[in-house]
Amino acid sequence: MIERFGLASDHFGHLNGPLVLLAMLGLPLLLGLLGGALRPARSWPVALLGLLPLSALIWLAAAVAGGPSQSWTLELGSLVLHWRVNGLVLVLLLLTQLIVLVSALYAPTYLRDVVHATRRSQAWFWPLLGLLAASLSLIWLAADLLLLYIGLELMGLTAVGLLLLPGKADALIAGLRYLLLALVGSLAFLLGVALLLGAWGRLDLAGLAQVADEGIVLWVAMALLSAGLLLKAAAFPLHAWLAPVHASAWIPISALHAGLVIKASFFIALQLWLVLVPAAAVAASLVGVMAGAAVVWGGLMAWRAAKLKDVVAWSTVSQLGYLLLAFPLLVGSDPAVAALAWDGTWLQLAAHGLAKAAMFFATGNLILATGESRVEGLAGASRRFPLALLSFGIAAISLVGLPPSMGFTAKWLLLHAALAGDHWGWLAVLAIGTLLSAAYVFRVFRYSFVEDAPTLDFRPVPWGMDTIALVLALAALLLGLVAEWPLALLRGPGGGA
Amino acid sequence: MSQAWLPVITLATSLLVAPLIFALPERASRARAVVNLSAAVLKLLLVALMVWGLYQGHRFTFGFTVVEGVSFLLQADALGLMFAGLSSLLWLATTTYAIGYLEDSPNRKRFFGFFSLCVASTIGIALAGNLFTFLLFYELLTLSTYPLVVHRGHDKALAAGTVYLRYTLTGGLVLLLGVVAQHALVGDVAFGQREVLADLGPQAHPMLTVLFVVFLLGLGVKAALVPLHGWLPRAMVAPAPVSALLHAVAVVKAGAFGIVRLVYDVYGISLSHELGLLSLLTAIAVVTILFGSVKALSQQELKPRLAYSTVSQVSYIVLGISLFGPFGTIAGLVHLMHQGLMKVTLFYCAGNYAEELGIHRIDELDGAGRRMPLTSLAFTIGALGMIGLPPVAGFITKWYLGMGAVQAGMPWVIVVIVTSSLLNAAYFLPILHRVWFRQGPAHGRGSWPEERNLGRFETSAWLLLPTAATAMFSLLVGLLAGVPFSPLDLATLMATGEYLP
Repeated sequence: MIERFGLASDHFGHLNGPLVLLAMLGLPLLLGLLGGALRPARSWPVALLGLLPLSALIWLAAAVAGGPSQSWTLELGSLVLHWRVNGLVLVLLLLTQLIVLVSALYAPTYLRDVVHATRRSQAWFWPLLGLLAASLSLIWLAADLLLLYIGLELMGLTAVGLLLLPGKADALIAGLRYLLLALVGSLAFLLGVALLLGAWGRLDLAGLAQVADEGIVLWVAMALLSAGLLLKAAAFPLHAWLAPVHASAWIPISALHAGLVIKASFFIALQLWLVLVPAAAVAASLVGVMAGAAVVWGGLMAWRAAKLKDVVAWSTVSQLGYLLLAFPLLVGSDPAVAALAWDGTWLQLAAHGLAKAAMFFATGNLILATGESRVEGLAGASRRFPLALLSFGIAAISLVGLPPSMGFTAKWLLLHAALAGDHWGWLAVLAIGTLLSAAYVFRVFRYSFVEDAPTLDFRPVPWGMDTIALVLALAALLLGLVAEWPLALLRGPGGGA
Repeated sequence: MSQAWLPVITLATSLLVAPLIFALPERASRARAVVNLSAAVLKLLLVALMVWGLYQGHRFTFGFTVVEGVSFLLQADALGLMFAGLSSLLWLATTTYAIGYLEDSPNRKRFFGFFSLCVASTIGIALAGNLFTFLLFYELLTLSTYPLVVHRGHDKALAAGTVYLRYTLTGGLVLLLGVVAQHALVGDVAFGQREVLADLGPQAHPMLTVLFVVFLLGLGVKAALVPLHGWLPRAMVAPAPVSALLHAVAVVKAGAFGIVRLVYDVYGISLSHELGLLSLLTAIAVVTILFGSVKALSQQELKPRLAYSTVSQVSYIVLGISLFGPFGTIAGLVHLMHQGLMKVTLFYCAGNYAEELGIHRIDELDGAGRRMPLTSLAFTIGALGMIGLPPVAGFITKWYLGMGAVQAGMPWVIVVIVTSSLLNAAYFLPILHRVWFRQGPAHGRGSWPEERNLGRFETSAWLLLPTAATAMFSLLVGLLAGVPFSPLDLATLMATGEYLP
């Protein structure tokens, strides 16, 4: 497993390591500061400049692709930093840049025309967005616990900052609650790191994997690390904070948070398990039980939720359950099962990232257009806002996991893995999750088809915002059929097959 | 044009029409009609081209890998082309009908967009070359028919839509599990590679039997096999063209077609026979046939009666393929086509009566033959065909079913067929009697529930023309059954291929 994360490679990168780090972290930051200074009023300058980090990433992919995983170290006195690039990291970087770029494109019109954000909050928005992109990239690239901790902490604080931007009372309450929770999560994580450092005197993952032997210290450390991370990832039963956070947040922030931020914690947790305790099948089954509970509970709550944003937020809890199934399917399972589950997990992560972001944009457009935040408020929407509803629908196809979406291909692989490993319980979780997600999604549609709805005053959303939601949803839908392409990238450089 | 692209282009004709229709403004009804009809004609031509190519011995396949070990595969074989031909023919007819039926009603853009998607899924199902591709379009069909079922947007329609989804999505999930299990067992297998499962040997037989039942549960929902038929009569709240499409072509046929694929192209008829699965199918089919007919008798409204008649008639297909021997196979395959033509005619007629005269209940039909002679004639042809009177298409089916039963050594099935035909007669003949021989508003007694004079003829020409055309076809495929390229000829070709290697 450790090879799959690109950690075991002895290949020191032939590229300039600090340059890679600078390109991936510095560019978004720089652009964020620029955005804060200029406060763009239109999307096209954002699109033009957004191509910059994207082309840097393509340069990196071209340089790394085909070869083994590349890793680098940097010594700062007694401190050694480790980072690496492999296929998986490339896929995650690409996903991050795409979703961040799309959110950035959505933002100018949204901030100026829709929520009428103040100059001050606009000036804060862009640098924080850049910082969020940079901290996410750092988490994907990091190969030691110190960088991971820095990334995690930065990401959490930036997210709090972004949540506070609307400046309303409920946004403040939600933001501060999130801050409290992020701090508790970080504290647990930090304690775990400290334990590992005290016991084995090193923080790089590849080294720890070799020296760390099973025992009470490792177990306590892992428990602390996992608890902190799962809290931040909103894994059941530590999920209760998620829905209130989205209720008052700006739409692009919600999209980023559900699409990327909680995934980062999941990614770190899975990486730590597979590297440090790759054979802990029993403990992983425990996480699997949590996953099952998350799928069922999240699905039920989404089904019952009265507000549209709550439906989408609870659906995140449920979908995260699918991702958590990676633990029992990957940890301590036989190689054939693990190979299928590995592909399925990352595909599911990408599918959910794209589809959930698209769904938040579509939901935002619907709420703005109807002025109603309740699901019932959608009555008659299919006639009045076909485009926003279509985007919502296409994103929903991927969330439910119906063909030909990426969510479907991911679920196919996970089902196949569960069957191949004779894990009937996880199979049932996936099946129940599908039915529940269909139930909550079609509940929304049911209202939209109502014909005898009262005609309230509707204001159409700028077409650019509708287009963004549609394009992102279509990406989630159509990438399912060509899933071999991202998967090839995943297996490609130093991915190990 | 390379031949591999022919199935793709055929699929694209209706798949790409959908976004085009969604892009057209609601008011542009004329442009929409032109787009719809030209795509329908184009697709019919493409399918005809493939049928011709098949007789010339050409192979049309197109495929690519989705993920390792799973491929998207389109191929045009005789069975698939028969279904594709049926659906593109009826698409043309139903589109024409729907343009007339929905004139000046709201949400036409949405209707025709999803209608095209629905037909695209049907073509996809017909041309699918393996179970994965089949599943893909099978689910797409569920999604694209939901907006059509709830089209009217009132409470009853929404409730029917919810029931419809509950049945079909669960069925789809069960089918998905089956397909994944098959992949886990033997990997990616194209339709027609029957030897793969047969070669697994006797120790795999219990597992294969279970897998077959899983597949059957998934497919049986759409094929409306008893007891999985509950969604179908409820879905009758949809507009008439949708009912026609759902019941004659798209949804129920997709299920029946899937069962045909399962028996002939996945398991192979010999393996199915060996595992005793054919007897299971016979039993289910017999129960469904009799149950559907009995329920149809008790319906007071026209469309639900037709719906239960569908439940019963679709199982003739299942009965046919479950009879081991070429005649049974021919009967099953040919009924796939025949039932489609006859049932679509009947639904068009029901729609015509409802649109022109406001008739929904059977007891309102008195004397309708005088007011709407052509529609009533078409209805008569369809009804007599369902009963199985020569020379209408239904007779061919029942004749071959009878011979198949003898050949399979199950003569008791003939009793079932006779009983079912008597029941068919019992629920269709009273309607015909009312239409032609009772005195009604046309004779000056009482009045029609809601009469609208829609056109120069007895009703709008858009409605009348497709009705007359499909009635003609039902008659012609019966009369000219012995001619090359007829459904019977295609079915015979397939059946001989099946039993004579």
